[in-house]
This record gives sequence, structure tokens and C-alpha cells, in this order.
Amino acid sequence: MAELHLKGVQKIYQNGFHAIHGIDLDVADGEFIVLVGPSGCGKSTLLRMVAGLETISDGLVEIGGRPVNRLEPADRDIAMVFQNYALYPHMKVYDNMAYGLRNRGTPKDEIDRRVREAAGILELEPLLDRRPNQLSGGQRQRVAMGRAIVREPSVFLFDEPLSNLDAKLRVQMRVEIKRLQRRLAITSLYVTHDQVEAMTMADRLVVMNGGRAEQIGTPIELYDRPATTFVATFIGSPSMNLLEGTVAEGGTSVALVSGSSIGLPDPRPELAGRSVTLGVRPEHLTPTTDGSGMTLRLDLIEQLGADTLLHGHLDGDERRLVTVRLTGHFAPGQDAVQVAATNAVHLFDPQAGSRL
Amino acid sequence: MVENRPYLTVISHLVVILGIVITVMPIWITFVASTHPIEHIMDGTIPMWPGDQFFENYATVLGAGIADAGGIPVGTMLFNSLVMALTIAVGKIAISLIAAFAIVYFDFPFRMACFWIIFITLMLPVEVRILPTFAVVANLGMLNSYIGLSLPLIASATATFLFRQFFLTVPEELAEAARIDGAGPLKFFKDILLPLSRTNVAALFVILFIYGWNQYLWPLLVTTDESFYTVVMGIQRMTQAAESLPLWHLVMATTMLAMLPPVIVVVVMQKLFVKGLVETEK
Ligand SMILES: Nc1ncnc2c1ncn2[C@@H]1O[C@H](COP(=O)(O)OP(=O)(O)OP(=O)(O)O)[C@@H](O)[C@H]1O
Ligand SMILES: [Mg+2]
Repeated sequence: MAELHLKGVQKIYQNGFHAIHGIDLDVADGEFIVLVGPSGCGKSTLLRMVAGLETISDGLVEIGGRPVNRLEPADRDIAMVFQNYALYPHMKVYDNMAYGLRNRGTPKDEIDRRVREAAGILELEPLLDRRPNQLSGGQRQRVAMGRAIVREPSVFLFDEPLSNLDAKLRVQMRVEIKRLQRRLAITSLYVTHDQVEAMTMADRLVVMNGGRAEQIGTPIELYDRPATTFVATFIGSPSMNLLEGTVAEGGTSVALVSGSSIGLPDPRPELAGRSVTLGVRPEHLTPTTDGSGMTLRLDLIEQLGADTLLHGHLDGDERRLVTVRLTGHFAPGQDAVQVAATNAVHLFDPQAGSRL
Repeated sequence: MVENRPYLTVISHLVVILGIVITVMPIWITFVASTHPIEHIMDGTIPMWPGDQFFENYATVLGAGIADAGGIPVGTMLFNSLVMALTIAVGKIAISLIAAFAIVYFDFPFRMACFWIIFITLMLPVEVRILPTFAVVANLGMLNSYIGLSLPLIASATATFLFRQFFLTVPEELAEAARIDGAGPLKFFKDILLPLSRTNVAALFVILFIYGWNQYLWPLLVTTDESFYTVVMGIQRMTQAAESLPLWHLVMATTMLAMLPPVIVVVVMQKLFVKGLVETEK
């Protein structure tokens, strides 16, 4: 049970590489925070600094109100689940889970109680006498979870714990981890680059890019009001369409370079005449039958069963690819459709990429 | 590839049998010779079947030794060899485990320099550095002692290098997980690294034991006191007994005895070795 605070945390690696440029984050007790971002953006680095596996170049990390910058990992009251699980190959499942407790001098019967309890929660009882190499990938994952649980830590740290599992198992474990975290109510930091995982598990998301936190918020906040074009395109699949245009007189619509125009649900008179990047998600573009809207020349149609993705470009703008997501099937054989934007459109500064 | 061609099977069996005969024949002759009285061997024909002197010959050799060759019982020599081989094997493994641990897991100044210095000694086996080493051992007054027999042979890099390579293949996360689990460096070494190195240790022990057991030149140099003779150099002295023909039957018995410990080590350790190989883990 603890809050976690990061204040101006920075990481400069020994070779001079500036991996983290000052991150502030306040995590409430029991909250599930997911760190997402493209490869190399510094997610693991940040997590490992909280764990104490990497030194903190600048800033402060507090766990439960206690600065931990100088503490050894074992003294920080955290538990970590690694991507490759890092189970001790020569120890039985039971000993893998008990090892940390033994090192702390926990009494034997207490260790036994905790290990059996964790094994019960994770359905590992029949496997306690096996070695890691006698387990399936999913079972190993569970043991790694068990090893974290028995420590009853203040903070759980996960570094892409599901990325070595197949798609089906990943969905199942995702639900299980989330349920477990709810039940134990332990503050958690979870690193992933799978955005479905991020959206479904997080209480709040931290979208990272190049060592900075681009935006911190609930999944719905990030989806509905992305703060930058980076977040806008990173969250949501397929990515948001970004189109160049100029806000028309009165701020009621945006004239696109393709020649067509998209109306703004909330008029923005203060932006009149300004060039903007207009963002609209594929699912917020719908075909029209009355001839209004923009003409989308189709290049590729992807039938996903429940949905159909139409890829193409707007008539008059060959450069920008545009994706439309339809529910249901789509009759093939057409090479263009008329589409219109529903109310959800986003405006960004074309240079800075920030939300207007 | 599994092929079912009868003549191929026959040929491959023939080759195997031939190989076995070539390997086993000298050992068989040695054994046979060690069970005959000396006259049977000296009359020009080599007997092919064991004689009736097995117990007499081996008892003589083990208990009294050969008078002409100093009269040291082979039992003593075997013991000396054993002490030397074990000290070398255990010492080498212990030192190189620790050295490799330091080089791989600790970041200290001149770490790579240390590694290269150790590595360079690979090029300097005993035979090359024998004069300076002898001088040092003599000056330290370690001639005619077990320390003098084994210590100079312990310092070498092969095992350090092998353990370093092995430690580098152990995933880094294992060390990190242990750190989070509250295991300090020594605990990590003892609880995790050592058990994982078990098979490597077993393999190296076999190699190093035989290396130590078969040492010839070095014991010859540093021992003048007969009670420190090792069996391998002892055999050589027996064949060069002054003013009389070598007592071949006793020499052969000694040879058989000298072969025994390495064979035992290989057989015993092989089990552990194979077991480790089967349970691939890491
Ligand atoms: N020991 C190191 N020394 C120097 N630079 C490093 C070191 N470790 C990581 N980096 C750099 O720091 C940046 C962030 O690395 P990090 O491992 O945190 O990325 P990540 O977000 O976890 O990526 P991924 O999703 O691929 O795991 C990368 O550009 C990486 O090259
Ligand atoms: Mg990573």
C-alpha cells in the first residue's frame, strides 16, 4: 500500500546518452499506471530506475513517502516481473517464490503460508515441485507473478510481461493480471508497447516519446483529447488521420488542401485563417449516400469481419493516406466513396504538434 | 539420418571393433603382463592370457615397491599423485570461478586489463616458464612439498576463461531478479551462479584432474625426496633401474594402478556431466 511519486526524474547513461528528460508522475495508492511508447523511448529505463536497477541521474523517486534514490532494490519494497521472467532455472517453483522471503529472514511457516496462498490465487499448486524448464510459457509467467506477489510489495513493476506469450494467452493473462491487481490493490507500473494492453489495463496511461512524457491521463481522456499529434496517432488503431488545412472565416470549418472542407462542431473563431493539422479517427469518418462529403479514392480494402478498413486518399490530395473504419461489411467493386466526418475532430498546431 | 543398408552396418561395426581393439589391446597386454612372474615375460614371448601372480605382484607393488627403484611403495606414490591432482583441480576451479565472477559481475578499475593479463598466461604453460617457476619455488623453500607440487600448476587461465564465457551467457535479468530478492553478490554467487555452473565444474574437474594426474616434468624437477614421488614419474624411474633389467611385471602392475584413478573420476563424473547436459536449463 503506497503512493509513488516521480519528481523531475532524469537518466543520463554512462556513455552520455540522455534517455529520460525529466518526468513527473504521481501515482495514487492502488493505481494501475501503464507506460506506453515506441521502442527506445525509455520505458524500461524509467521502470528500472524505480526498481533501483539503474541509478537516478537527477530528480527524486518516492515510494510511500520515502525517498528511495539511494536504496538497494531489495530495500525499496517493490517486486518486478521481467519480460523473460528471469526465474531461477535450478530452483523449484516453490523455491523460486520463497527465495526472496528467505533472504529477508521471514519465518519458515510464514513463507510457507504466503507461497501457498499465492500458488492458490494463481492456480500453481500442482506445479510447486517443478522446475521452470518443466513449465509452459504461461505457467512460467504465472510463477513470475507469484514471485512478485509473495513479497507483498508496495509497488509492482512489470516490464512487458506478456510479450513472450501467444496472442490468445496474452489476452487471458492480461485479464488475469488486471483482476489480480484490483484484488490486491497494489500500486503498479506496467510497461508495454501493445496499445490494446495499455488501453484495457490502465487506470491512467503515460505516453512516452523520446524520453519525455507526452501525455498522462485515463485511456478515455487520451483517446478523446490527445494533447499532441504523437499521442493522437499512437493511441487508437488504426491511427488517427491527420490532414493539412486552414481554418475558415468565422472558425466554423477547416478548408483542407484537397479542396473539400470539414465543419467544426465547436466554432473556433480565434483560429480563423490559421493553418492547422486536422485529426479525425478512422471510426469517425462515415460514408454518406446523399452525395455530400469528401470523395475518398480507394487503394485497399481490408475486411476484418466485424469491421472493414478502407484505405485511400482524398480526391485532390494524393499525398496523405486516409483510413476509414466501417462497422460491418463493405460491398466490393467501388473505387471511390463519399465520406463525412462526424463530430469528433481534433485541431493541432502543424509545427509544434500540440493541441489547439 | 537413419539408413537401412546391411553392408553399411557391417562396415561401421567393423570400424568400431577395430578401433576398440587398437585401444584396448595395449591395456590388455599391460594387464596380462602384470599377472605373470618376471620369467614369463623375459623369455621372449608375450603371454596373451592372465597368469597366476595377480595378488603377489600387486601386493608387492602396493606394499613394498621395487627395491632397485628406491623401494617406495606404489601406494605412497598413488597418494601423492592424488593429492597433487585434487589440489590442482579443486584449486584451479575455485580460483577461476571467483576470478571469472569478479571480471564479469563487478565494474572495477582496470577490469579488462586484469582479464587480458589472465588471458595472456594462457600462452605460458608450465613447460615454458619452468626455469623461473622452479627458481621461485626453490627460493620459497617449497621443493619436496605438496604445495610445491601443485601451486605452480594452479595458476593458469583456461578455467577462468571458460567460466567467464559461461557467466556471460547467464541472462542479466537473473542477477537483477536476485538483487530485488535481496541477494547480495556473494549470495547470488552461492545460490544461483554456482548451481548453474555445476555441469561446467564437473567437466572441468575431469579435465583438470587428469591434467594434474599426468604431470610428469614438474614433479620430476621439484621432488628429490622419494616420499613425494608421484606415480607417473615413478613408473619412469622403475624402467630405468640401475644395473638390472626392469622388473616388467611390477612396472605393468604399477601402470595398471596409475590408470585406475583417472578412469574412476571419468566414470563417476560422467554421470553428473550427462545428467547436467540432459537437464538443459538457463
Ligand atoms: N546501458 C545503456 N547505455 C546507454 N544507452 C542505453 C542503455 N540502455 C538503454 N539505452 C538507451 O536508452 C534508450 C531507452 O531505452 P529503453 O530500454 O528504456 O527503451 P524502451 O522504451 O524500454 O524500449 P523497448 O520498447 O524496445 O523495450 C534507448 O535509446 C537505448 O538505446
Ligand atoms: Mg524495454
